[in-house]
Amino acid sequence: MAVDRSRLPALAADPQFTFPQIVRHELANGLKIRTVEHQGVPVVTLVMQIDGGLGADPPECEGLASLTADMVDEGTGSLSAIDVSDALARIGGEYDVEVGADVTMFTLTTLARFADRGARLLSDMLTSPSMRDTDFERVRKLRLDRLRQLKDLPPAVAERAFLELLYPSHPYGHLAIGGDASLRALTLDDAVRFHASTFLPWRATLVVAGAMPHDELLAVARNAFGKWTGEERLLNVPSAAAHVTADANASACLAIVPRDGAAQSELRIGHLSARRDTPDYAPLVVMNAILGGQFVSRINLKLREEKAFTYGARTGFDWRRGLGPFSVQTSVHTAATAESIADTLQEIAGLRGPRPATPQEMSLAQASLTRGYPRNFETAGQVARSVAQLALFGLPDTYFAEFVPKVNAVTADDVTRVAQNYLDPSRAIALVVGDRKVTEESLVQLGLGELHVLPPG
Amino acid sequence: MTTAIELPHAKRTLANGLDVLVHEDRRVPIVAVNLWYHVGSKNEHSGRTGFAHLFEHLMFEGSQHYDGGYFAPLQQAGALLNGSTNTDRTNYWEVVPTSALDLALWMESDRMGYLLPALTPERFETQRGVVLNERRQNYENRPYGMALMALSEALFPPEHPYHWLTIGAVDDLRAMEFEDVRAFFRTYYHPANASLALAGDIDTERAFALAEQYFGDIPPADKPQPVAASASVPREIRLVLEDRVELPRVYIAWHSPAMFAEGDAEADLLADLLANGKTSRLYRTLVYDKRLALDVSAYQHSREIGSFFLLASTAAPGQSLSEIAAIIDERIQTLAEEGPTDAEMERGLAQAEAHFMYRLQTVGGFGGKSDQLNAYNVFRGDPDFFAGDLERYRRATPLTVRNAVRMYLAFDRRVLLSIVPRGQAALALPGSEPVTVS
Repeated sequence: MAVDRSRLPALAADPQFTFPQIVRHELANGLKIRTVEHQGVPVVTLVMQIDGGLGADPPECEGLASLTADMVDEGTGSLSAIDVSDALARIGGEYDVEVGADVTMFTLTTLARFADRGARLLSDMLTSPSMRDTDFERVRKLRLDRLRQLKDLPPAVAERAFLELLYPSHPYGHLAIGGDASLRALTLDDAVRFHASTFLPWRATLVVAGAMPHDELLAVARNAFGKWTGEERLLNVPSAAAHVTADANASACLAIVPRDGAAQSELRIGHLSARRDTPDYAPLVVMNAILGGQFVSRINLKLREEKAFTYGARTGFDWRRGLGPFSVQTSVHTAATAESIADTLQEIAGLRGPRPATPQEMSLAQASLTRGYPRNFETAGQVARSVAQLALFGLPDTYFAEFVPKVNAVTADDVTRVAQNYLDPSRAIALVVGDRKVTEESLVQLGLGELHVLPPG
Repeated sequence: MTTAIELPHAKRTLANGLDVLVHEDRRVPIVAVNLWYHVGSKNEHSGRTGFAHLFEHLMFEGSQHYDGGYFAPLQQAGALLNGSTNTDRTNYWEVVPTSALDLALWMESDRMGYLLPALTPERFETQRGVVLNERRQNYENRPYGMALMALSEALFPPEHPYHWLTIGAVDDLRAMEFEDVRAFFRTYYHPANASLALAGDIDTERAFALAEQYFGDIPPADKPQPVAASASVPREIRLVLEDRVELPRVYIAWHSPAMFAEGDAEADLLADLLANGKTSRLYRTLVYDKRLALDVSAYQHSREIGSFFLLASTAAPGQSLSEIAAIIDERIQTLAEEGPTDAEMERGLAQAEAHFMYRLQTVGGFGGKSDQLNAYNVFRGDPDFFAGDLERYRRATPLTVRNAVRMYLAFDRRVLLSIVPRGQAALALPGSEPVTVS
């Protein structure tokens, strides 16, 4: 049968997909557990999510949460840092730490037959890290050196400066790694105390997903973490950064971190915009997809496919429990720096009224968000991390099943409304990491006020 | 109990020469479409570098019967899609809901059979600009970003197709002409030079029928001749490159066995036991005990017509590359004499077994099951090689690994590249010649 090439083939009916069933448990010590059966490849992923991320760093102690998390695989009991690494390798374990704004996530993936062994090892590491002085000094030194290297990496320089502009006096206003001065001032004692006041069962959620029945997954968790007690007395429990008011109305700002002779300008454009618990989450996700959240979006099509200024441009919300930013991220040819900023702001302004989302854009954005949704549940690791997100933001277990209908219910008017309420080019921060000599003249002509010159890195 | 680690599939070859591979995995209602063309930057010639990759960009811009960007209709259908080019192959993939399988096959077959009528000089110009920006972002504006370029030029002679990187030279990219596109497409983009893998929630017979329906009438051309070239480094070459970096780094590169050749798996195991993770010999000495270095890594860059083994280590502030290089040599020498311990071999095998299992978790995308089937099929002519691939690691012994060190990591046949902060050439290893790349 010859193919009809006069038109694209029609899509078949959307396939049915049953989202994973989440079972909740709570141990006597207060540890919340979520188990999810994920059949197929005999692999298990454990995610331990502990309340307290970079936002829990005390003032002048930026980097403490991250440095403490780094000490977790530096030895426990009779095991040295090398022994821990060896034990992980022997179960083919993939271990990862991610320090977010509100929580710290420890992830271990291993073969199902090593699930018990892996969970016990993770438990030892998390609940009784050795916290030896020599390890602390080595880790801190590596971080200071890493910080120095990040000065050469334009995206890292941009992230850091952008956070400082977004949150001038807020616990969210720094990178997880912290800064040179704060890292130098930290002591082992700081880390020990942070661990004691943060790594507590009642502040944690453990997700176990893998190719085992719920009761076996639960047994894995219980056997490993059932005896975790934590300190009885609560010392300096970190305050929740999410509750600290951020000034969403900080004014517009044009800034540059000079980088002489740079081949490209790294750009960040945006402002504080929304909390994850906003009732407008679904319209905002659709709006983002139209504006810059995917390849076929206004800003990428403009800057990449029409003007060839960049290899790619993306927009997104950095979702947090507290107020988080909406921003554009891209790296553009130096000569196109000012024009790229102007085009971006124009696209944002356009969506707020003059050029509302078209029916084609709505249908493309909604379909791409919903039709592809099941592929996010292919691996145990994806499932475990998705369930951990529910715990992070206090979302119901029915969230996955409700996502698609909620996105499909968004209208073009909703998108215009949230664009008006949550985006505002007149208070956008436009940050350039690039060649000042070449770009300054055109930047100041943008009408975004004077150019603030920031210190390098 | 251990579960078998395998990747079951069926293979048929259409009359026009297109290989079709099918793997069923019905857990999630998605299908991975993965199409490889056996062409990469190794099929280019000096003065024309970067073409294969630029061409890959053009494949997303439209074809005769769908004359517009490929992302819109596929994303509208819920697909994830991408493509990539390396020295040896170019791949294109979509992961689609089962409802959009026909759409993905229609589009993939349209750009295989009918690309040229949709290509315009304007689209070519735009993608040339995009690629120049990709190069700036990933190489020129990135610390140590030019290292691989300098190393490739030193390891391989100018006429060898691994002498240049896939991204290509700026001058070559600027000099490319729209007319070159036609000949390239006709030579390399046809069924007899391609391999299609479908993996996911699909019945095998239906998959073969769909492949025949969409691709069966696309005419083949001659299968391109395999590219043959050889290279060696007859002495120790020392180079220095000044870059916008804070800390000096040394790279040490050796020629090593081609992908799947004898010794290739040993080189991979060797990379881990030498320099990856805290337990590795060099991390332990350089970073953990002596604190001379910030990091150390090693990787066997397995490629079709010849690999290279690359070690790299960044000096801690105030520490010297010479001291680091001397310790690296000392550890390599010990390994060449004594070989790895049984404990190191056990650990390496445990990691290999687990990683092969993890590779079975996704049907599509880069490194998913469909991509692996195509890799085995294109590079070995044997899509069944998944189990055989793991077997190579199981067969490795302390003796074969020791022999690999002796054969491949010779001190008098390698390239040492120091990357140092601008104006501080004295921080390089002694005797290094300045090198320029652009």
